[in-house]
Amino acid sequence: MNTQERVVAVIKRVSRQDVAPDPEESLFESGYLDSFGLTDMVSELEKEFGIVVPDSDLSPRRFESVSKIEAYLQKHAS
Amino acid sequence: MASIVSFGRYLPERRLGNHELATTLGCEAAWIFQSCGIEERRVARADESVTDMAVAAARDCLVRADRKIDLLIVSSGSSENRFPGPAAGIGLRLGLAGVPAIDLPMASAGSLFALALAARHGNTLVIAAEKMSVPASEEPLDRNIAILFGDGAGVCLVSSDPREPGLEIVDSVLHSDGTWKDDIRLGWNGPIHMNGLSVIMQASRKIPAAIQALLLRNAVAPESVSAFLMHQANQNLIDRVARALNVPPDRFYSNIRHCGNTSSASMLIAASEWHETAQLKAGAYACFAAFGAGFHWGAVLARQKS
Repeated sequence: MNTQERVVAVIKRVSRQDVAPDPEESLFESGYLDSFGLTDMVSELEKEFGIVVPDSDLSPRRFESVSKIEAYLQKHAS
Repeated sequence: MASIVSFGRYLPERRLGNHELATTLGCEAAWIFQSCGIEERRVARADESVTDMAVAAARDCLVRADRKIDLLIVSSGSSENRFPGPAAGIGLRLGLAGVPAIDLPMASAGSLFALALAARHGNTLVIAAEKMSVPASEEPLDRNIAILFGDGAGVCLVSSDPREPGLEIVDSVLHSDGTWKDDIRLGWNGPIHMNGLSVIMQASRKIPAAIQALLLRNAVAPESVSAFLMHQANQNLIDRVARALNVPPDRFYSNIRHCGNTSSASMLIAASEWHETAQLKAGAYACFAAFGAGFHWGAVLARQKS
């Protein structure tokens, strides 16, 4: 699986939704994630990609869509 | 070391249940409970002030343990005046005119910070009183905010007399970081602004981290703490902190279901209820924790004296 597919798999798992979000779609406005779901998703991304997201990076905007998450991971995942 | 000698609380009579609130907000009562674990919250009368609630809670505390007070610290993020804050007026009503009284205008985490400061001073009445129903019902109504908040006051008496029984305050960690200062705020006009996504993300990490750091440096394992007394912000958040610490959720005393989130008052209201039935053995630990606007957060570790 490529990065986008892995991100989508995490989102589907956390949100318990079968349909994949569009890459640019807001995960909050579309109802995929609420505040607790967002927190869970970041924890799952840390496990999936072997990274630690520091508190200073915990801005909802950074994790608002699949494409933004991909951009963050490109910068921070080894 | 200073000790918490007694607790007190006051809750207004009127109960605002989810069904009544759901009608006003145009949402489902079940959604409210699912979102925050709150079934009802208390709402003060229009003529009932932060000072009135604080005085009632302080009297409840002092009835249980009347001591000489050298300092009053009053936490409130919802007091009626820009200045003076309620502290001096509360002191006057309690017969403590002349005793220094400090206002701590800190929502949510104010009582925790006041408790940690009181431990360094001793002989202090720590009061937290909030009338959050007023800003929470300001137009334009935000249902994510309106469902949370209630009114009330909590108090504890801290003594520096080493012979006093009670909960010895062992250690504390306090943090403030203005990076997120705009994520929960209340101006002088208008409603409460809250970026719930950011608040929950940060609180979910910062509260367990503060508790873990505090326990680690005192060589106390989370599972050996008898009771956690946390700011009653949201039941889902309380459960999440318990999970992060790998502690059974019932160790986290919770009254949010029936009191709602009373901001800085909530931790001491919960502690006051808990303390009435808690049967702590000598040496048993209790851990207080809070997180709130600012952001300010931290934890206080206390141990039952013999």
